[in-house]
Amino acid sequence: MSYNVDEKGYYGQFGGAYIPEMLYPNVEELRQQYLKITAEPEFKAEFDQLLKDYVGRPSPLYFAKRLSEKYNTKIYLKREDLNHTGAHKINNTIGQILVAKKLGKKRIIAETGAGQHGVATATVCALMGLECIVYMGEIDIQRQAPNVARMKMLGATVRAALSGSRTLKDATNEAIRDWINNPVDTHYIIGSAIGPHPYPDMVTRFQSVISEEIKWQLKEKEGRENPDYVIACIGGGSNAAGTYYHFLHEPEVGIIAVEAAGKGIHSGHSAATSKLGKVGIIHGCKTLLMQTPDGQITEPYSISAGLDYPGVGPMHAHLAETGRAEFFSVTDDDAMKAGLELCKLEGIIPAIESSHALAVLNDKKFKPEDVVVISLSGRGDKDLNTYIDHFNF
Amino acid sequence: MNRIEQKLQEDKKILSIYFSAGYPNLNDTVQIIQDLEKSGIDMIEIGLPFSDPLADGPTIQASSTTALENGMGSEILFEQLKDIRKTVSIPLVIMGYFNPMLQYGVEAFCAKCAEIGIDGLIIPDLPVDVYADEYKATFDKYGLINVFLITPQTSDERIRFIDSVSNGFIYMVSSASVTGSSAGFGSTQEDYFKRIADLNLKNPQIVGFGINNAETFKQATQYAKGAIIGSAFITHLKENGSSKIADFVKAIR
Repeated sequence: MSYNVDEKGYYGQFGGAYIPEMLYPNVEELRQQYLKITAEPEFKAEFDQLLKDYVGRPSPLYFAKRLSEKYNTKIYLKREDLNHTGAHKINNTIGQILVAKKLGKKRIIAETGAGQHGVATATVCALMGLECIVYMGEIDIQRQAPNVARMKMLGATVRAALSGSRTLKDATNEAIRDWINNPVDTHYIIGSAIGPHPYPDMVTRFQSVISEEIKWQLKEKEGRENPDYVIACIGGGSNAAGTYYHFLHEPEVGIIAVEAAGKGIHSGHSAATSKLGKVGIIHGCKTLLMQTPDGQITEPYSISAGLDYPGVGPMHAHLAETGRAEFFSVTDDDAMKAGLELCKLEGIIPAIESSHALAVLNDKKFKPEDVVVISLSGRGDKDLNTYIDHFNF
Repeated sequence: MNRIEQKLQEDKKILSIYFSAGYPNLNDTVQIIQDLEKSGIDMIEIGLPFSDPLADGPTIQASSTTALENGMGSEILFEQLKDIRKTVSIPLVIMGYFNPMLQYGVEAFCAKCAEIGIDGLIIPDLPVDVYADEYKATFDKYGLINVFLITPQTSDERIRFIDSVSNGFIYMVSSASVTGSSAGFGSTQEDYFKRIADLNLKNPQIVGFGINNAETFKQATQYAKGAIIGSAFITHLKENGSSKIADFVKAIR
């Protein structure tokens, strides 16, 4: 079975491009061009060089000795938190800004929830001298003031999404409406492995540098390319997609996906889409999403803004349906404890998104000889206030 | 023959109105439809509200949100419309996003539409190729017309493809915008209207988006068979409630 996208833009029954006709010319142009552009030697050279000199790749694969001792297994952390701007998001924005330039676009739009993708987009727009407009829910703007300031410092315009629940889902709607209103000169940099085809595949390919590096780094450290398990958190799923990509067709590698259970899967305050979602259409693709019986998209909840999305990328919906990936869901409390544990044991303050992945160590028993790679998607600086509030520091 | 096709054969410019079902009040739907017909409207698009209407501007977003808060949904809309054909004879189209229809079940949705006497559907986020491959047979089975959109950016080749799988009419989006723009029509639109007219498509075109008064209606229908008014009518409902519908229609033509 293939876990990659097929020619029509689907992963099994998931994916496709369910978009209004107004978006068709842009999405179709991208569909026809993205593989061609990204395969060109000059593109590859520029992408690789920026990842190396600007982002700071390869990100280390760090053997977490004390964490390994505690859980009696061999744990490696893939340090995406050490990238420029503090998370994996920049891998994708570098790739897409180069595609946008190739397509002759002059204006960049993006959506953001917590602000990490917004900052990563504002950063590459500053780097390339392109106009940048970031849509952010009005409520998120209030919750994430430091990232709003960072985007402004980087020269971006931050526009508040005032519709619906005024969070990530609505910021995405507003970005799509902007693209409808500006069909010629604008490229939309989607931040997660979601949206109409070819976005999920394009984002996955740009993020796949994560698993590509894990392979050779593990070969150096363990004498083998394949770990026994790779673990990543999933909101829309861009970090997970990149972490899994080169292991999808290696059956000996166990794939573990960790969603946000929020206050509990059945608490009514959760973002555990694989458990609560049904097949439907969100933001241009067919996937699993949280919705009412009548098909209205519902508002998710997680303490982690990066996992607070009512859908999941179509690749991951397929991994869930086929059983290729094992899905866990972790509550706010358990994630926060796991994050704090990493601080104390390894001297690393993780993003709360990444803390969800770490919390699986308490839910699943690994063998002492297992090699377990956990993707540390981002650093926790942005989450200090949440940590402070949660633990009353 | 479907009521839409019959109406389009009449020798007149079609004036069609869109409104969100369940707005301003949950049970206004039937009364608004009846009043629109009495006021001389040729066709009605009944909006099935959706939580995330990607192609809509602020006015229709807001009326959709209110309608959802009022409790509107597929089941309730069908219940409200079950006797609509006892009093209303003009073509009725349901316009909504694909997810609510998918959750209802596409075949069940079509069957219900046929049972009530709905003549067609407009589903902006159901792409024409997916429709042709997966759903056309079902729509045909129930005698429903599915209407597709074209925009100023749609290539001639794609317009011809859309024309080939369409029946009824083609929904011609006036400009590159979401619904509710009030910039008026300039020479760019006129060139576009003319370009489409010159393609001599088999389906007539009805223009939507940005039509808000007698002037824009006249401009839009100079080359096209008709025009659809949405946001401007919803604003009228917001300001005047569901009374005075005839006044709104009179001011357009």
